[in-house]
Amino acid sequence: MALTGLEIFKQLPKTNCRDCGQATCLAFAMAVATGKLALDHCPHLSEAARENLGFATAPPVATIKIGAGGEQLCIGNETVLYRHDKRFENPCAIAISISDTTCNDEITSKIAAIKKLEFDRVGQIHSVDMVLIEESSGSPERYAETVKLIAGNTRHPLILKSENPVAIEKALDMAAVRKPLINGANSTNYEAMTTLAKKFDLPLVVKGSDLNELSLMVEKVMGLGWKEIVLDSGTKDAGKVLADQTQIRRLALRKYRPFGYPTIAYAAGGDHYQSVLDAGVYICKYAGIVVIDSADPADILTLITLRLNIYSDPQKPIAVESKVYEVLTPDPDSPVYITTNFSLTYFGVAGDIEASRVPGYILPVDTDGVSVLTGWAAGKFTPEIISEMLNKSGIADMVSHRKIIIPGGVAVLKERLQEISGWEVLVGPIESSSIPGFIKQHWRA
Amino acid sequence: MTLKLAKEKWPGRVLEMVIGQDPWAVIAGGDNTLPFHHFEGEMANRPVAALEIWDVEPTDWPEAIKAQFEGVLDNPVAWAKKCEDYGADMVCLKTASANPEGRNASPLEVAATVRAVAEAVRVPLIITGCGVEEKDVQTLQAVGEAISGYNALLGCATANNYQAITEACMLHGHNLIATSPLDINLAKQLNILISELDLPLNRIAMDPLVGALGYGLEYAYSIIERSRLGALGGDKMLSAPIICFVGQETWKTREARTEQKEEWGAQTRRAILWETVTAASLALAGGSIFVLRHPETLKQFNEHILALMKPNSY
Repeated sequence: MALTGLEIFKQLPKTNCRDCGQATCLAFAMAVATGKLALDHCPHLSEAARENLGFATAPPVATIKIGAGGEQLCIGNETVLYRHDKRFENPCAIAISISDTTCNDEITSKIAAIKKLEFDRVGQIHSVDMVLIEESSGSPERYAETVKLIAGNTRHPLILKSENPVAIEKALDMAAVRKPLINGANSTNYEAMTTLAKKFDLPLVVKGSDLNELSLMVEKVMGLGWKEIVLDSGTKDAGKVLADQTQIRRLALRKYRPFGYPTIAYAAGGDHYQSVLDAGVYICKYAGIVVIDSADPADILTLITLRLNIYSDPQKPIAVESKVYEVLTPDPDSPVYITTNFSLTYFGVAGDIEASRVPGYILPVDTDGVSVLTGWAAGKFTPEIISEMLNKSGIADMVSHRKIIIPGGVAVLKERLQEISGWEVLVGPIESSSIPGFIKQHWRA
Repeated sequence: MTLKLAKEKWPGRVLEMVIGQDPWAVIAGGDNTLPFHHFEGEMANRPVAALEIWDVEPTDWPEAIKAQFEGVLDNPVAWAKKCEDYGADMVCLKTASANPEGRNASPLEVAATVRAVAEAVRVPLIITGCGVEEKDVQTLQAVGEAISGYNALLGCATANNYQAITEACMLHGHNLIATSPLDINLAKQLNILISELDLPLNRIAMDPLVGALGYGLEYAYSIIERSRLGALGGDKMLSAPIICFVGQETWKTREARTEQKEEWGAQTRRAILWETVTAASLALAGGSIFVLRHPETLKQFNEHILALMKPNSY
């Protein structure tokens, strides 16, 4: 439902004033239509045109910011149903919940456990994103006290969850500066909750008992002039959540306005395996925030890794630098493995060399980050290119022999590679998992 | 007002594969919508799960999993029965003994073991080779004959050796696993080649060579999702059900194998989650047949799938 440049142009002032930086209004309209420029670059747009165009040119799922300062995170801004269509934009935030009926000592130790949930993956640190504080005590005083205790002990953005506006307001006295997500508005409290959200300029979860009610509720909150919204369809059953999340995303992409916001989904409490599995479904299927009770490192490592995988950009193959890598502690007699610099290929080979317990060198040839067979088919993994890498990498000074092992899938390269490189070429296994057996049997420096 | 929902009507469907014989036959595939989208279509069969066993005692399986099969790891018949006890829909026997770099067992020797397993269990069998293409042809020809009529699922056929394995399947009434390396076009191409030999498409299971969580899961996820969308969109050559060898990939990851690492949590839980979440996400992408290793994974996976199979119509 994107607008064409001409449709946008019709609503512009047509003065060619260049205040937007473009030569003409038409050029500006074209840039907006292709998403290169935002509409607000035009300072002279009429209110009506802004309203009309603003929605039509806005991304189908609004971006919602939660938290303050350096800890602020963004959710939403999604544009596709399937990651292979483009990519998923803002990684689903993982929130761990704490109830105000938990005693203070337990709260403190859970916060300490959450703080430890940081994982290093290929040189990057990944951690939990948020803490959800649930009011189940029925006491605004106890809730405010709990929020104060938790806010004082964690840097993570907060989600304040209570259906009682009095409890939320009391908690906001001290927590509003953290720009928490208010959770939230329902059919009975939405006016008071929206007032709070507007007063403190905070995003607001709007909950319906089903999709129908949710759309009505969102329209009411939008009618009150608030658009910083996160959607909760009120379902807890994994299969139903999956259905609701799918409907919300599909309708958002069709520009159904009340569903043009990110969502929040809750993994069931209780048995940990099933709760992690539910959370996994919500990470794959469209949740903007997934809430889980567990702070167990095994559970969270699993979910964070899943999120990393699902939210990686499918259009960018992840490549490693093309240079000599040492696995274990190789010496001049150690084998030299040739592969490509597709990160998965490289890590697969590295892991399997490690498993063989025979140290070795890996030379990942720069194939623009594609795999062995793809690289070969695309002419990026040829005897010439491999030979050039052999010469430039300095491997000749590191080993006393002149033998390389190439992947079994490209055995056809052998003759030509031997001829032009002067190195003896051994054809390795097709699957790197067979390296341990192969190397024990075939390697003699 | 009533919200107008966004429901899709797909022209195609995933083909239905029958493995084994009644009353223990397993049916995989058959869906005419995306996984668990009961609100707009039919998912007649839940994703099914096999436990993997070997015909020679595996040396590199971590203790965490070997402990579940104590005393039977060197006895494929007893091991297979144990899998049946654990509730596996099927048993997947990898004929690792045939590996020329290992025991190099002869096709006839392997076939005799497979026959013994087939006679001992009621659930259907998946039989895979040792992964060496030429040897797999010999092994699977002998195996196919030894369990002729059992309607097993044999694999894995590649672009290099599919002809002889396909013939064995046709001759002896089995289904075939077609393996291609993480590429939807190669997968489709192989399906076309195999069907040109007259093996019906619903007797082919596609194996896209899945990666475990953290080790390329996303590639498999998207290829499976694209294949599924292709099938639903009416592309017959992509409509074979998909098999995911999750166990073998999971149990070689550092996350599953590392015993002591406090910041990663307890090994057993971590490893089982790794395997279960890998399988569950690939089921969400559109996988139909799952080969797992740990019995607890099997249990948790099935419980999860059962929950997702509940109606979610509006």
